[in-house]
Amino acid sequence: MANACGPTSDGRRPSRSPWVTGHVESAVGQVPQVDTTLRFADRLGAWKARWAIGRMRYSVPPGLYAVGRPGRESPVLVTANYKMTFDRVRSQLAAVDAWLLVLDTHGINVWCAAGKGTFGTDELVRRVAATRLQQLVAHRRLILPQLAAPGVAAHEVLRRCGFRVIYGPVRAEDIPRFLEADMQATPDMRRVRFPLRDRLAVAPVELVMAMKYILLMAICFFLLSGLGADGYSWQRAIAIGLPCAAVAAAVSFGSILLTPVLLPWLPGRMFAVKGFWLGVAMLGIVGVWSNVRQMPVRSWVAVASWCVLIPTLASFMAMNYTGSTPYTSLSGVRVEVRRAVPVQVIGAVIGVALWLTGRFV
Amino acid sequence: MDRFRYLPGVVTLQIDVRRCDGCRMCVIVCPHAVFCMQDKKARILDADACMECGACAKNCPSGAITVRSGVGCATAMLIETLHRGSCCGG
Repeated sequence: MANACGPTSDGRRPSRSPWVTGHVESAVGQVPQVDTTLRFADRLGAWKARWAIGRMRYSVPPGLYAVGRPGRESPVLVTANYKMTFDRVRSQLAAVDAWLLVLDTHGINVWCAAGKGTFGTDELVRRVAATRLQQLVAHRRLILPQLAAPGVAAHEVLRRCGFRVIYGPVRAEDIPRFLEADMQATPDMRRVRFPLRDRLAVAPVELVMAMKYILLMAICFFLLSGLGADGYSWQRAIAIGLPCAAVAAAVSFGSILLTPVLLPWLPGRMFAVKGFWLGVAMLGIVGVWSNVRQMPVRSWVAVASWCVLIPTLASFMAMNYTGSTPYTSLSGVRVEVRRAVPVQVIGAVIGVALWLTGRFV
Repeated sequence: MDRFRYLPGVVTLQIDVRRCDGCRMCVIVCPHAVFCMQDKKARILDADACMECGACAKNCPSGAITVRSGVGCATAMLIETLHRGSCCGG
């Protein structure tokens, strides 16, 4: 009986989790009560997930939890079992008595899980039944994050389990104000914003994921730099290849960091175009740097190759940021990919051809 | 968010106003305020702001809204084209 509501589906005991402070008695037995203050371990965990360390295993057991001292009339808040999401929600609820229904989204955040359908009607209806929510609370309302809407059909949830879905605010920080306002969200709570902090949030993960490709590219530049009309020379690989590899890596890292930072100011609607202009700016910086360092300019072909390669590379890197923004449509990205990729391929072919030619003239 | 606008005139979002029963769900769930209410019916106010997440169509009880929804991610699209299979995180 007591175990029926406990989130033990994957064998982990929530009562031993450091963020469980005790238990609350209810009509369906004991429900684990969660801490509303984040500890160092939570912050460290979030930081590690941002750097892609154990990110795909960063989850909490799904099921029912209590925040504060909830009763039969207390609101039921529904969320995902990605621990960063769970932490963000509970840390906003210090002054609230509520039930927290955590769905099994395989450790994925609300928005992405809703898009994939794991934060969906089926899982919600199943979880409501499994936790015996009808016995737990007297009302028939579920408060969902607004960004769960792509996965959940509110009218179907009502038909299948008798609970009415109320879409709450986009951001967890607005939950207390939303509850105080009798579950009315202001237009501002309903809008997705994309401030610098959010734009940069995925940059570390992008860096980690791109690292092996960037390294591979740098190694190629290094090794190929040894080629010359007089055969292969390691001295040349070191003298020319190292700066070339450094430039390629710097442009890649620069794109991953600066595309999100400069996004509102980079010209163009297409990310490939934004990246191109960022590349032109970086080309200028590389030009100044090589002048200051008095790098040997071997030939106009070598210079021309970088004039093509850097903007092309930056354009491609920026295009890959489309998946990290909350405003790019599938149709728009299709159009962009169809128009930009052929140009990028041509740029890459011409750039590499020029660069290789530069080894021999 | 008004500063961020993607390509104009490409989204697949459509509403059949005759089938709309005026429940306002699309107005509530849309994170980009694409819809507005006019004469107790939902209307598309700003189609170019749509990101095709599909929340409105999913939550429309009368099936008045259609949109080809999906993740606007170039990386996923390229990988899919290369591997010709389903793939990639979001």
